[in-house]
Amino acid sequence: MAVTPPSERIWWKEPVAKAELVWIVIAFLWGLVMFFMMIYWHGSGKQNLSNEAYRTDPAVYAQKAQAMAEKYKVGEEAGIPVVHPPAGSDVYLIARLWQWWPILELEKDKDYRLHIMSWTGCMVFPHNRSISILRSTPTTTWW
Amino acid sequence: MATATQFRTCPTTGLRIDLKAENLIKANAVAAVIFLAVGGLFGLGVALTRWPAVHLLPADWFYLALTAHGLDVLIVWIIFFEIAILYFASAVLLNSRLAAPRWAWGGFALMLIGAIIVNIAVLQGQSTVMFTSYAPMMAKPHFYLGIILFAVGALIGCFVFFGTLVIAREERTYQGSIPLVTFGAVTAAIIAVFTIASGAIILIPTMLWSMGLVSHIDSLMYRTVWWAMGHSSQQINVSAQVAVWYGIAAIVLGARTLSEKVSRGAFLLYILFLQLASAHHLLVDPGISSEWKVFNTSYAIYLAVLGSMIHGMTVPGSIEAAQRAHGYTQGLFGWLRKAPWGNPAFSGMFMSIVLFGFLGGISGVVMGTEQLNIIMHNTLYAPGHFHGTVVAGTTLAFMAITYLVIPLIFRRELVMKKIAQWQPYIFALGVSGISLFMMGAGTLGVSRRHWDITFADAPLKFDYPEAAFLMMGLNGLSAILAALGGIMYIAVVVGSVLFGKPTTDTSLPKLNVISSYGSADSIKVPGTYVLVAVFFVSFVLYYFINWKYLSEIWPLR
Repeated sequence: MAVTPPSERIWWKEPVAKAELVWIVIAFLWGLVMFFMMIYWHGSGKQNLSNEAYRTDPAVYAQKAQAMAEKYKVGEEAGIPVVHPPAGSDVYLIARLWQWWPILELEKDKDYRLHIMSWTGCMVFPHNRSISILRSTPTTTWW
Repeated sequence: MATATQFRTCPTTGLRIDLKAENLIKANAVAAVIFLAVGGLFGLGVALTRWPAVHLLPADWFYLALTAHGLDVLIVWIIFFEIAILYFASAVLLNSRLAAPRWAWGGFALMLIGAIIVNIAVLQGQSTVMFTSYAPMMAKPHFYLGIILFAVGALIGCFVFFGTLVIAREERTYQGSIPLVTFGAVTAAIIAVFTIASGAIILIPTMLWSMGLVSHIDSLMYRTVWWAMGHSSQQINVSAQVAVWYGIAAIVLGARTLSEKVSRGAFLLYILFLQLASAHHLLVDPGISSEWKVFNTSYAIYLAVLGSMIHGMTVPGSIEAAQRAHGYTQGLFGWLRKAPWGNPAFSGMFMSIVLFGFLGGISGVVMGTEQLNIIMHNTLYAPGHFHGTVVAGTTLAFMAITYLVIPLIFRRELVMKKIAQWQPYIFALGVSGISLFMMGAGTLGVSRRHWDITFADAPLKFDYPEAAFLMMGLNGLSAILAALGGIMYIAVVVGSVLFGKPTTDTSLPKLNVISSYGSADSIKVPGTYVLVAVFFVSFVLYYFINWKYLSEIWPLR
């Protein structure tokens, strides 16, 4: 019984029922499937976070974002510049409390190199695409 | 040295019980229940605020209540109760005196003082940093001090437990190996030592930072080390709750595990691999490689999940085997139909197993998959998951064993027996709703820890789907139901301890021990095979459905 010492003193030599062994093998194999699924997705899937991440100085980063916003500004919405950078360029995005800055206008099916930095908050996530940007050691990451 | 006057003999188990250990078990259990009540109240405030139609608390009170809720229930209630379990699993089950009872009282005092300090710090309003207290958010120094004192007290409790194991072995108070429940408690205590050490490594410098003595705390370093404490503390719960499952099955039904070797092996997998799951919280963090994430988030190729899946079969399997041995052999599920569903210890335990597996377990593995985490991280899916593990699993299991602790340790009969019978069902229903509806809202993208999902103060409007608002409303209703279950629990516990009739030898439960199930080859638990098959199919389907969801979002590289 579980609240008393095992009735068989040499319990580690007891035979194990076949049904338990089958379940252990199934559970182990399922673990292998789940483990290799993550690796497989790195090769064949399209949703993998980049492993590139950099420390940056907030002021330097903000300067780059500001320069991009001024250079490619095409409009303004709620006081936030709307920016249309060229495809293939480096695009800078700043996360602030309840807003992204600037608003980016990107073209469908074109590649961009997107940099993100958190300015005020610790965690930022767009709708169902979560990514963490840490603030006190300002860091950018891109995908 | 032990003296005869220090012990009494339990009429149910025949075990000698050290009265000092008994008093410590009582003190820790009472403190646990008080903080469950306080933390539960804060939790109700949180849920009623996140229900957009009610939106009960103003923003500052919401975040304050959320901070207090996390600390009081996730740390204080559970660890006080776990210390009670450690003393029960060592001194009581091993027939031994407790090691260093004065140290144990000192540890208890530190835990109590620490818990009070941290609550005061939060209520003062300048330490609203959430349970996680991520740097660079800074709380007042006494916030960290309170947690550190609590942790030191808990560490003393762990060492008293280990000391009692040594004394019991030296004084030969038991024959052979320690019981399985004690083995599970050893697992919990080892993980607790790792957890508390990690907490000390990160919270002491953070307190010094808050005092102005350390200039900088790196946020990524903080998160990495903090989660070695934050997630591991929940792994203490898993180990303790599984030990409680085995314990209740043994005391209520006389069940013995199908195989000591397999069940202990599964606990060993917990000791070796469970803490790696701290990586779950860092899966979308920058600066950490995918190799590190894949290895750690999978508990080294899911070996700790293997442990849980083993327990998921052996606990119901041992219940089925015991019931069949008692003569309930009709059909596949006759043993389950004839189970003592009117006994809140049994019903709470069984629902804890099912809900932990289906709600908390499956969702935890899915969310802990490196890429799948992208569609769930920091959404309400995360609290939905851990309300499935820590509340539907651990809290319900601890509530269930309370119904045995009151007659066996407090030596009081339960009052309001009808309410006690209904309590696990009401609480389980409410918590299941909380877990499911939060996971549903999270799947729709609703963020966690957010006062206002309408984003009323954002410069650009963002609308969640209407279904998300429905989910939040249903979550609020479920929280009311769970709170009702919590109030019923506290009413029964407090009423029984203060006003319950003293137990007599005839009023106590009697052990109906199953001596043996026969040889390994003859163990037949067909109902359990069906249950684990249903679980496995659900697991596989839900896992791949989420890969399908992931494949439909924007490419990221």
